[in-house]
Parts: sequence; C-alpha cells; structure tokens
Amino acid sequence: MTQRSVSTLFVCSAIAIASMTACKGGDAPAGGTPAAGSKPASAAPVAAAPIQIDGSSTVAPITEAVAEDFQKANPDKKVTMGVSGTGGGFKKFCAAELAIAGASRPIKPTEVEACAKAGIEYIELAVAYDGLTVVVNKENTWAAGGITVAELKKLWAPEAQGTVKTWADVRAGWPADEIHLFGAGVDSGTYDYFTQAIVGKEHSSRGDFTSSEDDNVLVKGVSTDKLALGFFGYAYYEANHDKLVAVPVDDEKAENGAGPIAPSPTTIADATYQPLARPIFIYVSMKAAQRPEVAAFIDYYVANAPKLVKEVGYVALPEKVQALVKDRWTQRKTGSVFGGHGSQVAVTLEALLSGTAPAPASAAASGPASAPASAPVSAAH
Amino acid sequence: MQTRERLFRILCVSCLALPLLMLAYLLGRLVVDAWPRLTMAFLTGFPSRRAEDAGILPGIVGSLYLILLTIALALPVGVGAALYLEEFGQRRRLAQLIEVNIANLAGVPSIIYGLLGLEVFVRFMGLGRSLIAGAATLALLVLPVIIMSTREALRTVPDSLREAAVGLGATRWQVVRRIVLPQAVPGIMTGSILAVSRAIGETAPLVVIGALTFITFLPDGPTAPFTALPIQIFNWVSRPQAAFAANAAAGILVLMVTLLALNAVAIYLRERMQRSHR
Repeated sequence: MTQRSVSTLFVCSAIAIASMTACKGGDAPAGGTPAAGSKPASAAPVAAAPIQIDGSSTVAPITEAVAEDFQKANPDKKVTMGVSGTGGGFKKFCAAELAIAGASRPIKPTEVEACAKAGIEYIELAVAYDGLTVVVNKENTWAAGGITVAELKKLWAPEAQGTVKTWADVRAGWPADEIHLFGAGVDSGTYDYFTQAIVGKEHSSRGDFTSSEDDNVLVKGVSTDKLALGFFGYAYYEANHDKLVAVPVDDEKAENGAGPIAPSPTTIADATYQPLARPIFIYVSMKAAQRPEVAAFIDYYVANAPKLVKEVGYVALPEKVQALVKDRWTQRKTGSVFGGHGSQVAVTLEALLSGTAPAPASAAASGPASAPASAPVSAAH
Repeated sequence: MQTRERLFRILCVSCLALPLLMLAYLLGRLVVDAWPRLTMAFLTGFPSRRAEDAGILPGIVGSLYLILLTIALALPVGVGAALYLEEFGQRRRLAQLIEVNIANLAGVPSIIYGLLGLEVFVRFMGLGRSLIAGAATLALLVLPVIIMSTREALRTVPDSLREAAVGLGATRWQVVRRIVLPQAVPGIMTGSILAVSRAIGETAPLVVIGALTFITFLPDGPTAPFTALPIQIFNWVSRPQAAFAANAAAGILVLMVTLLALNAVAIYLRERMQRSHR
C-alpha cells in the first residue's frame, strides 16, 4: 500500500501540530468565562500569567531557591526564570518583557536610558553579597599567606602581558616559575567587577589568561596546576574548598581591617574583605509590582532571602541593610541608589540605602560615610 | 603477501576499535555517574536548588514537544523543496545555485539561526519566547539536512520507473505521488532522523530564543514558555555544588535515551513502509 505509507509520513508530522493546537484550544484565557459547551481544562482555578524573571547567572540560584519555596507555598502562582546574564536581562527588562531582572552589578547609564525611553520604572533591591575569591593550588606554599591589591593590579593590568611572567615578577622572593592565570569569561559581570576593583578600569586586563564562562572549568584548572592563580565567585570556592586555597587579599588600608584578609561570610559582610566583596541585586518593574502575585513574590523574596542566600552559597546582607532593603520595597522607592552612574568606590550599601552617603557622582574615590557593619560597594561602570 | 594482508586487517580493526573503546569508556563513566540519580523522582520532578530534589520533567516534555513541532514544520517544507528541485525544477543553473546555498546553510553555526529566529519569530512575528518560536528556529536549522537527504533519496529512484509511468499516461503529479515518493520514503526518514539528532542536542539557538532554566509547569500549547534537556544539563554543569554534576550526567543519559527512542520510532516507520512497498 504505497499511497498509505506516504500519507502516514505526513499525517505523523501533522499530528504533532494538531495535538498542540488542540491543547491550545483548551487553554482558556485567564479570567475569561469558558465558552458554553467547551469543558475547562481542569477543575483547578485558572492560573495567572507567570512571573517572568531573567538576568544574571550569579543571582539565579538565589531567585531559583525563592521561586521554588514560593511556589510550594502558592501552588496557583507560576514563576519562570531564564539566565541570559546581567546585560541580557536588562535588555529584556527595559523592553517590558520581564517582571524582575537579576543583576550582579548596578544598572548602567545605557540601560537607565533604555528603561527611561520605554517608560519602565524599577525598584532596586540588594539581595546578597558575593565575594570574588582569588584562589591558588593546594601545593602553593608561597602565595597562600596573602597578596596585596597592588600586586594583583601589577599582575592583571593590560601592560602586565609580556612583562609579568613569573611568580617572582609579582613579589620578589616568590619562585621564578611561570605563573598561569585563570579568570571569569570576559562577557561576565564577574570579570567586569574584578577588573574594576583591581585594575581600576572596567573590562580592562591582560589577555593571556585562560578564561571560561563555566567557573567549574576554572576550578579544575587551578586545582590541577601548582603554578596557577585564578578568581571566581565565593560560592565556587566554598563548594571546592578542599581542592583550592583562597588567597587573603590586603588592600593596604588600615580602616577596614589591617593586613591580608581571607574571604569568609563574616569578612564579606562586615566590610573588611575589600575591595572584592560586591552586592548583587534584583530589579523589579514598577508596573509588574502592581500585580498582586508579583508583590507577593517580592514580599516572600525579601522575607526569606537571608535564609536562602546562605543555603545556596552566598553571604546574607547584614540585618541593618536587610531592613533598609525591606523599607525600600514597602515604600516602592524607584531608581538606583547608585544614581544610574555605577562607578562608585568604597561607598557602603548601608550609607547609600539610608541616604547618608554623598551624592553618587561626587562619591567616586572619596572617603566613605561608612558604618562598620556594611560592606563596600565598588560598582562596575 | 599473507602477512601484509593480515597486518592491514589488524590495522583496520584497531581503527574501528579505538573510537568504540573511547565511546564505551565515556558511556561507562556516564552511566556510573548517572546511575544513582536515575530515579522516578528525577524523571518526574521539577527544577530545584537542592541537587537531590531536582528533576528533569520539564526538560523531557519540552524537548519532546520541541522536536515533534520541529519535524512537523520542517518535514513538509523540506520534502516539498526537494521535490521541486529534483522533479519539477526546470532551470538547471538556478537549481545548482540553490543547491550550493543549501549546502552552505547546513554549515552555518547554530547560534546564527538563533539570532535569526529571535528577530523573525520572536520579535517580528510576535510569537514571543515560546515553544513554537523555538521549534520554528530549529526547523530552519534542520531544513538543509532534510532537503539534501531527500534529494539524495529522490535521485536513487531509477528514471526508468518515471519513464514507464509517464509512458502509461500518468501526469507529473501522479508520478511523484504514486511512484517516486513511496520509493524515496526510506531516504526521507533517514534525513529526518539526522535532523532530529541535530536538533535535540542544540542549546545555543534556544538560549537566544529565550528558553528558561527554571519552570515548574509543563507547556500547555505552542505559545507556552519552555525549557529543554540540553538547557537543563548546561545549567547543572555550571553549578558550583558537585552534586549537580551527577544530575547533569543523568540528564545526558535521559537525552540520549530520548534521542534513541525518537530514532527508533522513525526506523520502525521506515521499515514498515519499506515492507509495505515491496
């Protein structure tokens, strides 16, 4: 039966579309009354449109944890999350595609402009601290005692390429063996932040290092190479602390703790692990915040973040800062405390949130109005 | 002479053995890593921050829908295009030009198709970041494969059959419909198997289209948001906690089994059609 066999082929392919379309037919519009005669898909109440979240992969594990518990508590609410990076997230956010964007740095001027053009107002909420961790191999006996920010700058600056080749070039007395560098991918917010904090200019570093968007590749690289030095988020160090050594970092400023300081939940949160501790954020669209399910989700987020943040390997905000973030949310205060300019060094999040910091534009490199219980902010530009 | 012959045979066997051994090693490692995680709860669960609670159901369902839709979109178009080029195309030069271009398209990196899909399907046609937009993009991606393999299949149908049919007074449509297509079905099915195999493992275009990583409900229509197996695997591989690596291994195994199952169905259909044709 040749004719039948051919038809089978095409029927098979058509079935898929047909069945999907049939499903679509059963999907009654939210809030609408089902047409007479057509039976509703199920007895369950018609679910509202999903709460759409996207953005930074650094923030994603926290948001995922919140979304998971939130949905367990509210089975009728839907949350979806994608991971397209801080920049990609803001692009969608300012195109009104999202309710919430995760960001591992404050919003940039270009993004502020895009959002303003589209009429998107947003509420900026800090959710946790992350500490970029400088790591070396377990067998590295020389650098484990600490490294200064100046030495890191000497090592990572663009002009280091071709001149700083051995450990001895970084500090006299260290072995004259080649140094092997590993770092986050150049498209990541992590790389942007590290270069801003260490080199002093965002997105500017030597190019001859092994870079990967997948931090597990960096973990593997450093843990199998005695002469390696790398950096990545604290969560990756914590999950692999038996294979790696975190190098204490000395910023040579006595006011935030003298000497080299190793990253830990305490030092990241209390402003002594400088300048590599950074806050991470979610941005909530003002329009979406008027939807009850989004408001409920953010309420849940703010209330449960401290507990969940620790569970997924980040550092919770100090209580004072957490309270300020909560105020910001309950008052629906729009805009960025970074003034949309980014680029502020050594201004504390607490000072910014409570409004005691100097105006963002003049704050760059000026002395912090610092309260000891809050971490520094060195925003990427 | 004898020894030379034997040496050559040994050489050939070792050439075959090397990739097979490597494959066996990889598969063995994979199964060892994946085995403890391959539970019913994993297969029917939703994403979670805790590796041991995380499941892959949205990935499985998303990938299956995606592939079925992709085939449904790409197969008729691809076969139609190939039929035109082989059976109806008159202008030789034009056909050649098209052929070269199709061959080139098959080598275009998949992320380019993703960007095209983002502009055309997601934005311009307003399909949103949905299953159907993803499937349409994957359909574009596999079209060259389907067109080329269908053309090959059509060429294997001997001209004597066509001539005989025309000699008996059949129209062109009748020749294609009753004689050529049925003969070519096995080749077309092979093309679609290749297409499925390529499409199911694609991650990059789906990321661009906007596939999600965290979703706790299943798609309820072509316009629903979705995730897919490779996206879940990628997400797990890049997590800091080692326990997620076992999830990724289990996900890879699920992806392989899904692919083999889909291909098995295609092979079964092919065999059946071949038998009924004889």
